[in-house]
Amino acid sequence: MKRNTLIVSPCLLIAAMAFANLAAAQDTIKIGVLHSLSGTMAISETTLKDTILMMIDAQNKKGGLLGKKLEAVVVDPASDWPLFAEKAAQLLEKDKVAVVFGCWTSVSRKSVLPVFEKDDGLLFYPVQYEGEESSKNVIYTGAAPNQQAIPAVDYLMKEVGVKRWVLEGTDYVYPRTTNKILEAYLHLKGVKDEDISINYTPFGYSDWQSRVAAIKRFGSAGKKTAVVSTINGDANVPFYKELGNQKISAEDIPVVAFSVGEEELSGVDTKPLVGHLAAWNYFESINTPANKAFIDQWHAFIKNPKRTTNDPMEAHYIGFNLWVKAVQKAQSTNVEKVLAALPGLETPNLTGGVAKVLPNHHITKPVYIGEVRADGQFSVVWKSPAEVPGDAWSDYLPGSKDIEADWVTLKCGNYNKVTKKCSGQNYK
Amino acid sequence: MIRFPRGGQRFFGPLLLLGALFAAHAQSPKDANFLSTLGELREATYSGKAGIVERLGQSGHPSVRAVLTALLEERLYYRNSDQKVFIAKSADSDPLNLIDPLSLKNSGSAPAANLTQIGTNNALRRVVRMAVARFGLSSPSASVRLDAAREMLKSLDDPTVALLRERLGVERNSSVRKEIATGLALAALDSPDTKTRLAAISTLKGGLSQDVRNRLALLLDKSSDGAFIEKDENVRRAAASAVAAIDRWRTFYSGFQTLFFGLSLGSVLVLIAIGLAITFGVMGVINMAHGELMMLGAYTTYAVQLAMPGHTGISILLAIPAAFIVSGLTGIAMERTIIRHLYGRPLETLLATFGVSLILQQSVRSIFTALNRSVITPDWMSGSLRLNDAIEITYNRLYVVIFTLLVFSLILAVLKRTRVGLDIRAVSQNRAMAKAMGIRTDWVDAMTFGLGSGIAGVAGVALSQLTNVGPNLGQSYIIDSFMVVVFGGVGNLWGSLIGGMSMGIVNELLEPYAGAVLAKIFVLVALILFIQARPRGLFPQAGRAAEDK
Repeated sequence: MKRNTLIVSPCLLIAAMAFANLAAAQDTIKIGVLHSLSGTMAISETTLKDTILMMIDAQNKKGGLLGKKLEAVVVDPASDWPLFAEKAAQLLEKDKVAVVFGCWTSVSRKSVLPVFEKDDGLLFYPVQYEGEESSKNVIYTGAAPNQQAIPAVDYLMKEVGVKRWVLEGTDYVYPRTTNKILEAYLHLKGVKDEDISINYTPFGYSDWQSRVAAIKRFGSAGKKTAVVSTINGDANVPFYKELGNQKISAEDIPVVAFSVGEEELSGVDTKPLVGHLAAWNYFESINTPANKAFIDQWHAFIKNPKRTTNDPMEAHYIGFNLWVKAVQKAQSTNVEKVLAALPGLETPNLTGGVAKVLPNHHITKPVYIGEVRADGQFSVVWKSPAEVPGDAWSDYLPGSKDIEADWVTLKCGNYNKVTKKCSGQNYK
Repeated sequence: MIRFPRGGQRFFGPLLLLGALFAAHAQSPKDANFLSTLGELREATYSGKAGIVERLGQSGHPSVRAVLTALLEERLYYRNSDQKVFIAKSADSDPLNLIDPLSLKNSGSAPAANLTQIGTNNALRRVVRMAVARFGLSSPSASVRLDAAREMLKSLDDPTVALLRERLGVERNSSVRKEIATGLALAALDSPDTKTRLAAISTLKGGLSQDVRNRLALLLDKSSDGAFIEKDENVRRAAASAVAAIDRWRTFYSGFQTLFFGLSLGSVLVLIAIGLAITFGVMGVINMAHGELMMLGAYTTYAVQLAMPGHTGISILLAIPAAFIVSGLTGIAMERTIIRHLYGRPLETLLATFGVSLILQQSVRSIFTALNRSVITPDWMSGSLRLNDAIEITYNRLYVVIFTLLVFSLILAVLKRTRVGLDIRAVSQNRAMAKAMGIRTDWVDAMTFGLGSGIAGVAGVALSQLTNVGPNLGQSYIIDSFMVVVFGGVGNLWGSLIGGMSMGIVNELLEPYAGAVLAKIFVLVALILFIQARPRGLFPQAGRAAEDK
């Protein structure tokens, strides 16, 4: 008797759980969150996971979507690029999520791309990146190079009068492609090779003394010099420390960074960095009612009034709202229908402007250039007169200037205007 | 109170007297004028603010210096309710302690939310710095005067040159006089008189500064039509030889600097390897958790700093023994619980200690989160020591070099001069014989391992000043430390010192040409080839003991 119940009860439990699962599946819309929660990238990506959870929470409080509750499926790809693809497949094939918000590094995005295209999933990618890509299954809510790198260089050239350039980056695909675009752009603007110095260092590099001395030497040729930094991750901290120690001030050689935001500076003594620049599409210090509400919501959700907000968080905010609007417009979470509804949709961003989805699956974004303040925030010293539409394929690289991405009329992410042919994902 | 340059004082004297007369009233017209100019800073654009700063600088009001310094340090605010401008004592506190910009007296405090900071940008800060430097030139402190003079060399307009000339008459300090003379000579290069220009070049000849060199090199340039900008051939010749002389010296000093960079990188390598030289070298234990013991040391520094806020300098010094104890005890615990059961089984030791390293990493992640912790650098460790115009040595690196040598000699002394050291050497040379002599070998093993681990913790304190303090800190150094020990010769402390230093220097010599990645690869390949030729490293251990290992 006793033995019998012992066997039966687990069976019942499993059956009950299966039923509950089934019932839940009918009542909820599943949203995949694909961000590293451990490993090197956890520093940046954990915040984005929390952002999406906060957005889902808020949407559920508003009554959910299409009468259903939203449910987050969080997985941890552990900063391991092949694992990203595995976890993406699990989200799309096993969990059958309606949409995925995720990835940070370009390597991880490239790794999940085939999975999303095979399983016809939908990915919102929230980080500034090197461009040269437009997938049918990805909405790029971060900046393309023409929404960050090019305006930053323009600012330095026109407003600061920079004549000599150091392009300093971490050795992987994003800095290499961005620097290729920037080099072509600088050549176009008449900067000679001798006035451009390009250098790469590995991830997590910390012995910056001779690099910084070299930058100092390069910058002492009598022409105004600036450093364009695509240094990624925690290598930035010793880099800026060394700049401070070797007394290179922002007034002499300003450093403009594309991967350093409020979050990255929160662990650094920012006094020696005052005046160095960053180019983003959002700064926490921008004073708008929407931004203030977002910061308050974030502090309440994360239960820590000292946590900062940053640009990729805004990208997720925009991406989530766009997806919600698209689902409401399509009255369905079907990827095909949502993708058809997305181009042309608009949603307010946090800085008082409007983010609009373009046919090339990028969005419009304002560009801001900020100087580091002593408190680790940025004060905006320049902003673009209007929102800049994201350009998937750079106009400055010989291989990509004829390529166009258009998922509305051309139905192609890689259309060559000269040969009038649509090729695969990568133009090479 | 602002001190005017002597000539100025004569000029302003009557004016000051007049000011004193007016001071009896609540606000003189000068004060009112000053306040209204100051008020304009609230709304102006950055370029507009630059003009206002110029005007403030020329106003001669006694509070100008304090106000401009506050603006430069982001301590200038205005009150939202009545738009009145205030100086804050420090921008970090909340509520802010306010100072009245006119009287420079305390004026209560207010919550930061009620005040708006008057912002600056790079271009504006440059203008303000210049304006402040003019005041600094008459400071009682020679070092302030020196900095001010150097600052003023960056933009030599007519009023600046006039001011410098005036100061040259009263300046007593020789280095300040030299800077001022350089500034005047640079300005004299624009003189229409050939003799003046030649004299200026001969003044500048002995300098080392890159700015001087660039200015002189301009004399050799041709304009777009192919003619020399500098018409006089003698001047050109003098300038060319001066440029060549400066270049020669700068090349010499840059070689010297590279050498120092190499030594400093080398001392980091030595520091991370000394602990390993003891555990791996003397005991033969392959300890994969060595890096994590360093990480523990770095986190101890963070914890000590957290425990005593406001005493950054002392906390770093206290962190050294604290890190030694924390890492040392962890090491002893590891030895007693795991490693002692695995002596003579190197592969198992390797795997077990690797497991320990993962446990340590994850526990740190659980306690302190995966985010990097910021360890504040004390003031005396930031900045650089200026030897001359061509060479500056950063303090943090300098201290690490000194610290490494200290730790090294201390360890050497412990091993060679103390009873514990004698025991350690005896056990490592011949365990059975040592045991027969009555040495408690298992106790010595634990002590040795604890000593090596403690040194790793001390290295962590130094690393906390150079790199990020995070759970992955150890991983990025473990390979380097094994390389140094193997290169130097297992079991030989001097080998680790020479090996680490030479690896550092070779790395820094290669880096400017090959880049950071390739330089490291070169060093690694060279090391592999070297080990092929001399498997026992630079200084192989001699004698019978070496054969057992």
